[in-house]
Amino acid sequence: MPDTLKALVRSPQGVVGVAICLLALILVVLGPWLAPYDPNALSFTARYQPPDLDHWFGTDQMGRDLFSRVMVGAHATIVMSLLATAIAMLLGAVVGTLSAYLGGRVDEAIMRTMDAIMAIPSLLFALLIVSTLGKSDINAVAAIAIAFTPGMVRVARSVALAVRTQDYVSAAIVRGESTRFIVLREMLPNIVAPVIVEGTVRVAFAVMLFATLSFLGLGAQPPSSEWGLMVSEARSHLFTAPWMMIMPGFCIALVAIGFNLLGDGLRDALNPRSRV
Amino acid sequence: MTAAYLGRRLLTIVYTLLVVSLLVFGMTQLLPADAAVTLLGASATPQSLAQVRAQLGLDQPAWLQYWHWLSGIAAGDFGRSMRTGQDVAAMMFPALGRSLLLALLALVLMLAVAIPLGIVAALHRGRAMDLVVAMVSYIGISVPEFVTATVVALLFADFLGWLPATGYVPVTESIGGWLAHMVLPTLTVSMILVAHVSRMVRSEMVDVLASDYVRAAHLKGLSPRRVVLHHALRNALLPTITIVALDVGYLLGGIIVVEEIFAIPGIGRALIVAVQNRDLPAIQAGVLIIAATYALANFLADLAYAWLDRRIQYA
Repeated sequence: MPDTLKALVRSPQGVVGVAICLLALILVVLGPWLAPYDPNALSFTARYQPPDLDHWFGTDQMGRDLFSRVMVGAHATIVMSLLATAIAMLLGAVVGTLSAYLGGRVDEAIMRTMDAIMAIPSLLFALLIVSTLGKSDINAVAAIAIAFTPGMVRVARSVALAVRTQDYVSAAIVRGESTRFIVLREMLPNIVAPVIVEGTVRVAFAVMLFATLSFLGLGAQPPSSEWGLMVSEARSHLFTAPWMMIMPGFCIALVAIGFNLLGDGLRDALNPRSRV
Repeated sequence: MTAAYLGRRLLTIVYTLLVVSLLVFGMTQLLPADAAVTLLGASATPQSLAQVRAQLGLDQPAWLQYWHWLSGIAAGDFGRSMRTGQDVAAMMFPALGRSLLLALLALVLMLAVAIPLGIVAALHRGRAMDLVVAMVSYIGISVPEFVTATVVALLFADFLGWLPATGYVPVTESIGGWLAHMVLPTLTVSMILVAHVSRMVRSEMVDVLASDYVRAAHLKGLSPRRVVLHHALRNALLPTITIVALDVGYLLGGIIVVEEIFAIPGIGRALIVAVQNRDLPAIQAGVLIIAATYALANFLADLAYAWLDRRIQYA
């Protein structure tokens, strides 16, 4: 792992990715303490203030400080996206490994079913699930997790197929170990790295998808300062106060760029072919 | 390509759609909304509710309802909207047409930008130009459609005043008006795809440019332009076809948001309206139609791939 980290920070993309993601994590943990104002404090004398030294990101239609709202909202946006991706990674890794281990018709059936689920665009799938479960942030997390699982299954399975032919797996089969033991204890630990790489890139999509659901009114609910919701609320003031939309929109993009860079950097660092 | 391969491929499409239909039906069955209450309102008498339930077949077991629904669709009957009472098929298919036109425009724009971008990046590999293209594509891939859409609307519709911000003019009414309303949505949808596909073209192109036959073509004394455009590009584009087909899924998702923001009466907007009103037949039909479109796009991509690359023999 230290080698991976070293390889990761050797490329400029990797460094930027690590930096942005660290910044995002600091915001998530310390955001509420670092915020200069109360994110929900109304001020009727300071409505629609463009960005200045007092209010770095300006204020909104109710005079709330946007910089504080963005800092507090980081928690809602990023933690939910990480959670959704983590669930998808776990489910995907287990199902993918199991599918590769069982092989034959079961494998075929599982994979064709995953293909079928992937035929529904993830946003559409998330819409469908949220419309069933009702609109809330936790349901949006469940929706994204389920929508991402087939992709994870594919990645996990393709790696697990190679692991399946390893001697230690054959040895475990000969020893008469249970399927559960072989899949969870022998195979799963050896497919973790590629699944994490895929997961990191997926976090970027999850951030965007979660924000999109909130934007459509199906994810986080007011008065939350989730970033997608902030953009959605800013839409009706777009022409009078464009900063209301640009600031949270910029943050969503920045975090997505960070996770994209980190994921690609990890992929290069772990891929022996691309190491110079 | 053999008939057996084609048959098997078509069979997977049928299986895909069956799974999707089960998922969609199963999930909408879980919906807490009672169709009869939705239709009659909360103040309806129990007798009239029971009558409507019997009329809609809601008192039957779930598998029988599924069967009726599925056989109806096979005959082209998607049911009636609970919100408007309109025929769902008559609502969804014209909307799908409008969405497909938008998707097609976005695909054309995307290819026209992404392929040259990818080639330029590959030819300048490791130099400033490559880095610029990489940065642009990272930004493109990381900005969600709803942000891009509001920014381009702010810039082109409000600040510059060149184009209408929202709305739709049918193509049959005025081609110019239609196109004017399509520019901003097309731009928004193609943004993420450009980023994705140009990266793909770049990496394929880098591989191909390092291959022996390209070196041979150079040694033969062909002009660099001819080597790149005639020899390398053809093979670099082949894997891109598959990626583009997979991106159609993303495109169809992106269209949902873009249609909502720009008020285009496509299938995505129809779906969001259906979801917000818990209009079961419309939700079911919309999801199924989009999934079918996606499956078909991938099938066509496979055919195109096999047709362009004669080395591939699907058994």
